Amino acid sequence: MLAYLLRRVLYALPIMLGVALVCFALVHIAPGDPLISILPPDASADLQAQLRELYGFNRSLPEQFVRWIWRAGHGDMGVSIASNRPVATEVFTAVGNTLRLAVVATFIGFVLGCLFGFVAGYFRNSWVDRLASMLSVLGVSVPHYWLGMVMVIVFSSQLGWLPATGAGPGGSDNWAWDWAHVQYLLLPAITMSVIPMGIVSRTVRALVADILEQEFIVGLRAKGLTHLGVFAHTVKNAAPTALAVMGLQLGYLLGGSILIETVFSWPGTGLLLNSAIFQRDLPLLQGTILVLALFFVVLNLLVDVLQTLLDPRIARA
Amino acid sequence: MPTLTAPSTALAVPLSAPASRGYWTSVWLRFTRDPVAMGAAVVILVLIGFALFGSWIAPADAYQSSMLKRLKPIGTEGFPLGTDELGRDMLSRLIVGARLSLFIGITPVLCAFVLGTLIGLAAGYAGGLVNTLTMRVIDVFFAFPSVLLAIALSGTLGAGVVNSLISLTIVFIPQIARVAESVTTQVRGRDYVEAARASGASAFTIVRVHVLGNVLGPIFVYATSLIAVSMILASGLSFLGLGVKPPEPEWGLMLNTLRTAIYVQPWVAALPGAMIFITAISFNLLSDGLRSAMDNKA
Repeated sequence: MLAYLLRRVLYALPIMLGVALVCFALVHIAPGDPLISILPPDASADLQAQLRELYGFNRSLPEQFVRWIWRAGHGDMGVSIASNRPVATEVFTAVGNTLRLAVVATFIGFVLGCLFGFVAGYFRNSWVDRLASMLSVLGVSVPHYWLGMVMVIVFSSQLGWLPATGAGPGGSDNWAWDWAHVQYLLLPAITMSVIPMGIVSRTVRALVADILEQEFIVGLRAKGLTHLGVFAHTVKNAAPTALAVMGLQLGYLLGGSILIETVFSWPGTGLLLNSAIFQRDLPLLQGTILVLALFFVVLNLLVDVLQTLLDPRIARA
Repeated sequence: MPTLTAPSTALAVPLSAPASRGYWTSVWLRFTRDPVAMGAAVVILVLIGFALFGSWIAPADAYQSSMLKRLKPIGTEGFPLGTDELGRDMLSRLIVGARLSLFIGITPVLCAFVLGTLIGLAAGYAGGLVNTLTMRVIDVFFAFPSVLLAIALSGTLGAGVVNSLISLTIVFIPQIARVAESVTTQVRGRDYVEAARASGASAFTIVRVHVLGNVLGPIFVYATSLIAVSMILASGLSFLGLGVKPPEPEWGLMLNTLRTAIYVQPWVAALPGAMIFITAISFNLLSDGLRSAMDNKA
């Protein structure tokens, strides 16, 4: 098992390098000279040459890549063009806010998804099952940015129960787990939770249906185990996969929060990306995407490791 | 010099098999007996009808704006679904909007279906080092959540329909290629492929005759399941201002421009999103129906 875990960790390294390469390439596939977007339009040729030297754009691409990786590895991802603050500072503040949103959303989605999935898988082909299947199709089909708008319309504009946008009195830097702040988190988190809910319930339903057909369940039933006992065995067998799906969903939400954050003006990585794109702030764009993608790789790794620890059969496969 | 000749196909005369339905006929029969999938198919056909003949079906001019008739509610005389922020008829814009919305949603999946299948077939059939290298590159793209990759690519390439099509195609190629690779690898080990190779068929012939027919089905079903995602993402890019540009009617863009109106005419503002929702549900249900009709577990 140790060998498997080690192999899994080693396997993540080239992936990380590849991710870094894609992020590096982003600036170079952008139309036009990357320097032009950094410079004011009336910059002198002298200044251009100076900056070219500073950013290393006059070197060969491989050399630039190595230098960029080296600096990024030391936490230096350049300076945002728009705010002139270090990209790393900007990104890490935003990641905190997005993480808060994504964790709450994943939690809601996981709990509800497991509930629906278990019930549907347990009472397969009953009306509960059909209802749960319908809900999960709705969950994966709804354009979440639209759902966000509808939530704002219903709960803010019509009923006036919850605030529509922003992250509360603390702004983007000061968060507290009190009602004054949490009320701002509710709508975006609920909106976001719909996607993992649909996917988790689909997965859990299939898992439970699969497990219930296996011989050991028949054996347990024959032995006279109660429904609750059989249920416990089912949960135990479904848990590793369900947890793995949850971990992956957290990663997708972290990276995919841009649309929801835009709707709710939630000051996370999504909003940061949005402003970076429209201000053509390439270093900020590159840095945000690098951090999010690496986060996703590490999360994938953790999920795999956790899954192996919970279910040692995987390592032997 | 005579070598072992391939067994002539003339030998493969059906051995008085009982007249059974062909595979595709039975798939079709199973599909038509599935009410949910048929319902979804009807909705999609209607939407495609809107996309093709929208400008003739629409009751009014989708581009005709009027400062006096801005943001009328649903049910206004002459504007059954109200008007948008520039006084244009919502019903007409929703109908005409089907064209661009479906186009930007379906095209990337089609392109990725062709390119991804080619890549997956090549990697799966070649095996060995080529396979390993290709799949490692694909793994790198899998390390990006698809929304993030789509936005990163179209964000750097710049706003525009073509750029958003390119980015979405790049997002879906690895996903389709991975499925294509796995089914091709399975098929490659089958006896009939071995037999064809032993009888001297070239790699191209084997792929064309023996592999393609067996892998296209599963890949196609998988690709149809991506259309819903693609619709949501493509309209999402327009919603962010990265896709279709005004004044073209497209549901994601309409949702974006109507966002400021949610306190004035909330239900009119929500309409374009409902169209995306309906389209995505229909494609998901259609894909589910197709999958069970083809009895495909891939």
